[in-house]
Amino acid sequence: MAPFELSVELGQVGAWIIYILIGFGFGFILESAGFGDSRRLAAQFYWRDLTVLKVMFTAILVAAVLIFWATALGWLNYDDVWVNPTYLWPGIVGGLIMGLGFILGGFCPGTSLVGASTLKLDAIWFVAGITVGILGFGESVALFNDFWHSSHLGRLTLQDWLGLPAGVVIFGLVVFGILVLWVGDIVRRWIYGESGER
Amino acid sequence: MAQQPKRDRYWDPYVAGALLGLLLFLTFLLTGHGLGSSGGVNRILVALEDLVVPRHVDTTPYLAGMAGGERNPLDHWIVWQVAGILAGGFVSGWLRGRVRLETRHGPQITPRTRWAMAFVGGILMGYGARLARGCTSGQALSGGAVLSAGSWAFMLAVFAGGYLLAWFVRRLWQPGGDG
Repeated sequence: MAPFELSVELGQVGAWIIYILIGFGFGFILESAGFGDSRRLAAQFYWRDLTVLKVMFTAILVAAVLIFWATALGWLNYDDVWVNPTYLWPGIVGGLIMGLGFILGGFCPGTSLVGASTLKLDAIWFVAGITVGILGFGESVALFNDFWHSSHLGRLTLQDWLGLPAGVVIFGLVVFGILVLWVGDIVRRWIYGESGER
Repeated sequence: MAQQPKRDRYWDPYVAGALLGLLLFLTFLLTGHGLGSSGGVNRILVALEDLVVPRHVDTTPYLAGMAGGERNPLDHWIVWQVAGILAGGFVSGWLRGRVRLETRHGPQITPRTRWAMAFVGGILMGYGARLARGCTSGQALSGGAVLSAGSWAFMLAVFAGGYLLAWFVRRLWQPGGDG
């Protein structure tokens, strides 16, 4: 049953090839959605172009539903799937800092790689900034190591936290996502008119 | 509406989102984990540090965890996956005539301002992504899909941070006029 230990099933080189292919698909889709263009990404924060929200929400919900079905059918062992451990406050503070970086810089790490791969100079500067930020973190994390490891709640899922079955949570998220995007588009047209950027 | 040139045409966001969701699902099915970006940049960087200042890497716990002693920071799936992102982005852009040395910026600022802002934004992004143990790919997208509570809190925080500052820096992005 999935997931597999790729380097055991396919050998080291086989596993690398799979990862390169996965990354290739990821980069190809992001570029095709227009995420190599910082203006398109930043427009999300002015509600002028909801592509970021649409792509992200659709991707998360499609993947969540498929993972849930695959688990229910016994194809996938959810207990073996990596669920990002929750470190609540470092995650929230880090997320806020990233939000500021997103609107100033116009990219997130993945999209800046895509922008850089199509020779967008602003994306290349952004990637350079990321390396400085990462270096700075590596050098300074020792100063606040306790905070970085604080509020560790382990493998906490939304269904555990809410005490609801996973199916109910996913259904709720799908309804929530559709509502947000539907109302969001109405609001966008109301602000910018029909002719606003898509 | 006039026919747009090929380089300005992008996939429908819902189609792109559905394909990305499918890819994300297949990644979990095959490997047991999701996608990532900043972690790969991190490892490539630590590998360079390990070449230049190996002693410093060995004595800094955060770095030693990736590259201490005989450990090779590049021996990790995310490095290969990041190489794939660059290749995939390039091929997609190349097929549509979008591989061009250029700067995308709001009409009210110069390319130079855009570069400075991109650099500063990148610093915040890199720092925040390490603090949060993942970026939009590794936390929001991947953690969101497996319903990690922390990843959803993180995702809300990223959007909150962006919307919080957006109004104050609108000159960077707004079309000409109202500034």
